[in-house]
Amino acid sequence: MFIEFADYSQRLFSIASHKEQKLLMRGNACILLFKRGLIFKAVASYRHVEAQNNAGETRVRFSRALAAAVCIGALSVVGIAIAQDADTEKAIERYRQMLKEDPWSNPGLLDVDRGEALWKTARGPKNVTLEQCDLGKGPGKVEGAFAELPRYFKDADRVMDVETRLLWCMEKLQGFNPADLVKRPHPGGGQPVKELGAIATWIANQSSGQKFAAKLDQPKEKEVVALGEELFFRRSGPFDFSCATCHSAEGLRIRLQGLPYLADPKEARKVVGEWPAYRVSTTQVMTMQHRLVDCYWQMRLPELQLGSDVSIALIAYLTKQATGGEITAPGLKR
Amino acid sequence: MKKLPFVLLAAAVFAGSAAIAQQKSTVPAGAADAAIKAAFPGAPEQFIPRLSQDETMKQCSAAHNNPSKEVADAIQKRERATIEYPADGKFIGDWKKGEALAQSGYGLRFTDYPATRANGGNCYACHQISKQEVSYGTLGPSLFQYGKLRDFKEADVKATYEKIYNSHAALPCSNMPRFGANKVLTIEQIKDAVALLMSPDSPVNKD
Repeated sequence: MFIEFADYSQRLFSIASHKEQKLLMRGNACILLFKRGLIFKAVASYRHVEAQNNAGETRVRFSRALAAAVCIGALSVVGIAIAQDADTEKAIERYRQMLKEDPWSNPGLLDVDRGEALWKTARGPKNVTLEQCDLGKGPGKVEGAFAELPRYFKDADRVMDVETRLLWCMEKLQGFNPADLVKRPHPGGGQPVKELGAIATWIANQSSGQKFAAKLDQPKEKEVVALGEELFFRRSGPFDFSCATCHSAEGLRIRLQGLPYLADPKEARKVVGEWPAYRVSTTQVMTMQHRLVDCYWQMRLPELQLGSDVSIALIAYLTKQATGGEITAPGLKR
Repeated sequence: MKKLPFVLLAAAVFAGSAAIAQQKSTVPAGAADAAIKAAFPGAPEQFIPRLSQDETMKQCSAAHNNPSKEVADAIQKRERATIEYPADGKFIGDWKKGEALAQSGYGLRFTDYPATRANGGNCYACHQISKQEVSYGTLGPSLFQYGKLRDFKEADVKATYEKIYNSHAALPCSNMPRFGANKVLTIEQIKDAVALLMSPDSPVNKD
C-alpha cells in the first residue's frame, strides 16, 4: 500500500509545473495550487525528514505516502467544499483523521527524541544536564509533569508554563543567559524547533495519554487564570482583534482552517492537549508559546515575549478550560 | 421633597447594579494593561499605540462584545462620527481591485515592514464573496450576491461603504475591523471593496 501511495505521489509530482515542483522540493508550506482543475495540498516534509534520519529511504517513503494521502484527502475535501459548509467541515475532519491514522508518521517525534537528548546532555556555561530540573513533581521527575502545568513555583515566586519553567532551569542550572534564550526563541520558516522548544515537546510527550490536571487553585494561580481570561477578551490594534474574535464561537473558520471554540471547555479539552504540534504547513514543531506569538502577529500586534506574564496567563486560562482533556502531544496540525 | 434622597439612592443603586452586571473580570483595574505593556519589549515605536485601547474597545472588551443598549448606543454614535466620505461623492470603485484586496492579507503585521505593497482587507478570511473562491472563511456572513439581493439600491451602497469604513456604525462591538477609521484601507480601497459587492458587473452578483 505504501508503494502504491509513493508511486501515486510521484505521479502527482510529475504533473506539477516546474514552479510547483520547486516549491514542493523546498519543503514548502501547505500550498494550495489551482492546476488544470486539480487542487494540490502538498505536504513536502520529506526534505526535513531526510536531513534528520539516516535510514532515509524508508522515512522518505513514509512521508511521500503521507503526502499522497494528504493530496487524496485534499482532492476529496475540495470536491465537497464547493457544496455545503457542513459537508466541508466533515471532509476536513476526514482529512485530519487520515493524518492521524499512522501515529508514527508524525515528524514531531523526531523533535521529541531530540528534546530528550538535550535534557540529558551537559550544556551551558555550567556544563550541567537538566536532570535536576524540577517541573513541579520534584527534581528530574518528568513523567506526568506536563499534565500539572502551569503551576506556581515557590523558588521563582511565579506561576510558570512548561517553556517558562525550562527557561528558569536553563538559567539556574546550566548558567544560560535568559536574555539570549528569549531573543529569537522560535524557529524561522522551515527550520526545526529550537532547543528549548524541543525539550518542551519531549516533556509534553511524557504526559501523553494523561489528562490535563493542573489544579490552578492557589491564590496566585487563580489570579493568573483570571488575567488570562481578561486578556483573551481584550481587543486592540488596527484590526480590533482579541483572541475571542476568532475563538469564541463554534464551527467557524478562517479561510478553510477551522477555529476551536477555546472559550468553551468542551472544545478546549479536545485541542489544547495537541500542543506542541508538528505543523505540516511550516514543516516544524510549534510550541504553545510560539503559537501565541503567531496569534499576536496575525492580530497586528508586536512580538510576544517568551515567558511574559501575558503568555503565561493565556496558557493558564486555556489549560484551565482544557481540564480533563487528553494530552496527545506532539499533535499534527495543518 | 423628603422622598428625593431616596429616589436618588434608588437610582444610584440601580445604576450601580447595572454597572456590576457588565463587569466580568475579577482582575484588578489596570493589571491587564500593565501586563500587556510589559509583554512586548523591543516592539518598534509605531507598534506601541496598538497596545492601548480606545473607549469603544474598552467597552466592547468588558462586555464580551455584548454591550447593554445604553453602551451600544454610545458606541454607535461615537463610531458613526469617525466616518470620512469620498471627496467625489462616489462610493463605487473598481471591483477587480476589490477582489484583489479581498484576497490579500498583507499589511501591518510585524513582518510586513518596510511595506512592499498596499494593505489588503483580507475579506476572504472571514467571508464567502464570489462563487469562484472556495477557500473562504465563515467568521462573517456570506456576501455572495450581496448587491443583487439588495437590488443595488443607492442607500445600500452608502451603507456598505459605511460598514466597511467603520463596522461599529452599523453594529456596535462588531467583530469586523474598522478598516477606514483605523487606517487599514484607504478611501479608494474601500470604494473598490464596495464595487466588489455592489457593482452589477462584479462576479459576486453574476450567478
